[in-house]
Amino acid sequence: MIGMSVKLQSTNLPGRGEHLVKIEVEHLDFYYGRVRALVDVNLLIRERQITALIGPSGCGKSTFLRALNRMNDIIEGARTEGKVRLDGEEIYDPGVDVVALRRRVGMVFQRPNPFPMSVFENVAYAPRLHGLARGADLEDLVEESLRRAALWEEVKDKLRGSAFALSGGQQQRLCIARVLAVGPEVVLMDEPCSALDPVSTLRIEELMHELKEKYTIVIVTHNMQQAARVSVETGFFLHGELIEFGASTTIFTDPADKRTEDYVTGRFG
Amino acid sequence: MSAGAMRGSGLRHLRRKAANGAMWGLATLSIFACLLPLGLVLYYVIAQGAAGINLDFFTKLPKPVGEPGGGMANAIAGSLVLVGLASLVGLPIGILGGIYLAEFGKGRFAWTVRFLADVLSGVPSIVVGIFIWAMVVVPTHRLSGLAGGAALGVMMIPTVMRTTEELVRLVPMSLREASLSLGATHWRTVLKVVLVAAKGGVVTGVLLAVSRIAGEAAPLLLTAGGSSFWATRIDQPMPSLPVQIFTYAIQPYDDWHRQAWAAALVLVSLVFVLSVAARYATRGRFRMVR
Repeated sequence: MIGMSVKLQSTNLPGRGEHLVKIEVEHLDFYYGRVRALVDVNLLIRERQITALIGPSGCGKSTFLRALNRMNDIIEGARTEGKVRLDGEEIYDPGVDVVALRRRVGMVFQRPNPFPMSVFENVAYAPRLHGLARGADLEDLVEESLRRAALWEEVKDKLRGSAFALSGGQQQRLCIARVLAVGPEVVLMDEPCSALDPVSTLRIEELMHELKEKYTIVIVTHNMQQAARVSVETGFFLHGELIEFGASTTIFTDPADKRTEDYVTGRFG
Repeated sequence: MSAGAMRGSGLRHLRRKAANGAMWGLATLSIFACLLPLGLVLYYVIAQGAAGINLDFFTKLPKPVGEPGGGMANAIAGSLVLVGLASLVGLPIGILGGIYLAEFGKGRFAWTVRFLADVLSGVPSIVVGIFIWAMVVVPTHRLSGLAGGAALGVMMIPTVMRTTEELVRLVPMSLREASLSLGATHWRTVLKVVLVAAKGGVVTGVLLAVSRIAGEAAPLLLTAGGSSFWATRIDQPMPSLPVQIFTYAIQPYDDWHRQAWAAALVLVSLVFVLSVAARYATRGRFRMVR
């Protein structure tokens, strides 16, 4: 992109040519009241690949993720400064429709949070809300979303049953299906596996690999092995700053910054 | 205590055991002290009221003094209409107010509203009756079902509002976030997700409020009045079970006393049915907590 003044490790990014920039973040600052939670973050997120954000608890990675679909707006006394562009369009401009933005940038949360409704109604919620489909079309859309989330085979006979009857891993995939039903371009995942067992975690990771063919994925994770497994590029956050950003292979094997090295080798965090 | 495994026969040990036993006994006693009046009330109402219950009671109008028979069909219908009117007033205001307090209510104004709601729920019902009498009955020059419904509705508001608030507050933030992140507005989120999640509890609160006002006589004496006829218009005085019980109970006629007891039994049954319905409603299919 033109005129980017970001401190990226611009070398050795695999596949740069094929993946256009989806989200550009420039000089992003975020404040909870007087506390500065993000300090001058600059970052490029490429489309149709997985970008991982790592760092110790409270380092600002979740805050950063939530800045990308303006979920921080609902926090009282919070303030965002800087630029976040989605396909070149500034998302913090006063004229931006947050509803439209969130349709394009969906979110999966740390704990599975299905609605207190049936499996079907969970997935149909957003399409109904936005008037995307009804009747047979809606049923098709729900099925397709559940298939994309690799959940259809497990739930096709219990669509009318409560979403709470599903296992934790299934609930999380249901939440992913719920997001996909809106037809987003970007899926933000905030530690999507931290409440899941290893087998469910593996399923979600496999799912992410399938999803990246169609969606841009940003995942925040505590689990460095996970970041190394799934992502092409990784950013390391510490105390609200993006310390280092680059190819995951580099970040995990040969980081440029001493702090990154200390973190990925398990010396703290 | 298993015998002698650990030797604990000292004085302190005995004292602890005695204190434990004594407190346990007191607690048990309190339960019976609490259940006894409840049991007696139920026993008395059933024992005295059952004699007056027959088909006529539910289908016939009251007879003049001295004439045997007759029923309280008009009072039963009147009570239902009054409760319905009260719900029309109390439920929308109470539920929407509760949502406001839980979702948007911050700062001094919300604090004041909460405080006033608590005060209002503590106001004696006769005072609410006088208030509506002054506001509605005096200007319109007549006791009416409308005034009665308004009085009962005002009494419902604080209970419904605070219950709704508490239950809406209990809905986890993560559900709101999920809905918002799917592009729903705050209001849609409240309507489609938060209220659905809180539904069972809100219904319980509403039914408890309804049960409470269904038995009120004092405010109705000043607002709806009473009548021995079918109340077909809500701008006319309207009979109700509590007022009918009061009217009949203070008269010196055995026949009327019997009918008053029967009315009390019907009222208690009505409240009982509502409570059971409340339990049933909370037993929802999509429970948040398993």
